[in-house]
Amino acid sequence: MGLLSKKDSKLILDPLADNNPITIQVLGICSALAITAQLKASIVMAISVLAVMGIGNVVISLMRNVIPSKIRIIVQLVVVASLVIVVDQVLKAFAYSLSKELSVFIGLIITNCIIMGRFEAFALANGPWRSFLDGIGNAAGYGLILVIVGFFRELLGSGTLLGYQVLGDPITKTGLYAIGYENNGFMLLSPMALIIVGLIIWVQRARNKDLIEE
Amino acid sequence: MEHVELFFKSIFIDNMVFATFLGMCSYLAVSKKVSTAVGLGAAVIFVLAVTVPINWLLDQYILKDGALIWLGEEYASYDLSFLSFILFIATIATMVQLVEIVVEKFSPSLYNSLGIFLPLIAVNCAILGGSLFMQSREIETLGLALNYGISSGIGWFLAILAIAAIREKIRYSNVPAPLRGLGITFIITGLMAIGFMSFGGMLTGGDEDTSSLEGNPENLGIQTEQIQNENTEAVKAVEVSTITKQ
Repeated sequence: MGLLSKKDSKLILDPLADNNPITIQVLGICSALAITAQLKASIVMAISVLAVMGIGNVVISLMRNVIPSKIRIIVQLVVVASLVIVVDQVLKAFAYSLSKELSVFIGLIITNCIIMGRFEAFALANGPWRSFLDGIGNAAGYGLILVIVGFFRELLGSGTLLGYQVLGDPITKTGLYAIGYENNGFMLLSPMALIIVGLIIWVQRARNKDLIEE
Repeated sequence: MEHVELFFKSIFIDNMVFATFLGMCSYLAVSKKVSTAVGLGAAVIFVLAVTVPINWLLDQYILKDGALIWLGEEYASYDLSFLSFILFIATIATMVQLVEIVVEKFSPSLYNSLGIFLPLIAVNCAILGGSLFMQSREIETLGLALNYGISSGIGWFLAILAIAAIREKIRYSNVPAPLRGLGITFIITGLMAIGFMSFGGMLTGGDEDTSSLEGNPENLGIQTEQIQNENTEAVKAVEVSTITKQ
């Protein structure tokens, strides 16, 4: 790791597992779960958050000495909102059907608590490069959970991944369907996202006993 | 009638927490005790009731395609809807600040119970989500927008009240150690959401469920559409299999 010092790489790697924003810090669940019925939407959402958070953290970090602390929430909201508008316009231009599917949830990145939380906790106190790494790391931790949930929901719910039928064709009964496998339509309903996240938390805390709550 | 329908629909069928997962962060963080949950829930109802109608006015007279026509003919072709995120969030942040100041001045006791939650609310997804759904569902009149704000607030209030009550009780249960706290809360919320889905047939009586879905797909979101596709696929599959058996 010539590029990153040990301390810097910790900034990226920590949020991926032991300090994951969703399963440990409980931030940013709001806009995430409703769109994970398909892997593709989850990936797009993860990338959008990554972009907004990486850039936003740098911007806030650069401005940290000139923001009066009383109005910092509004300044932060304006920075995020402008970045989200850019992301929304880009999606509308290059992936219109997907942006229709994500509908209001792209807009809700603004109130994603991870973003505000990292601005408050990290970017206001650290230099731009470290803030950038922190933003990328946390967004990646968030994206990781999103992609895992999206993977299982799409695979078990509709038997596809990114739209490709990986388990065979349910109508002509090929692949797994030939031996009597059925799609579990229940996985596509929104409550299952919550239950899958609950199970991920279970697995993670069973492996790492330090994380167990009293 | 329109009002009654929207009212019940926003509380039960399109419940903020259980159908769209809005406001989950504060929902999970502040639901450890019933008394604090009631405080936050009341604050959410209040702020939603103020911000949704204001954002409705902004949307109708400034942001919508052609909304600027009241300024004169030459403005009729402007479509400022790309600005809605920043304008909505600015309204919400200022209104929250304003509400905080007004409440502090006129009702210190209410301020003491709501006070600490008000700043939290500016970044609560339920508030911005309320405005964005109001925009995407094309709510027609100011009265309906007010109704929508209040009733989605009540839905959120119900949800946080219920989970707080359950969490107070579940402290005495023997939950597997890794699931304690956050994990079990997620799973309970999921089960509650499944329960709330049964309200889906409430307004239609269950019979004409599918026709109302087709007429208004936006309301029930992408997932129901997919499920419908899934169902038709399943039906097809069953048909194919019965034919092959015969």
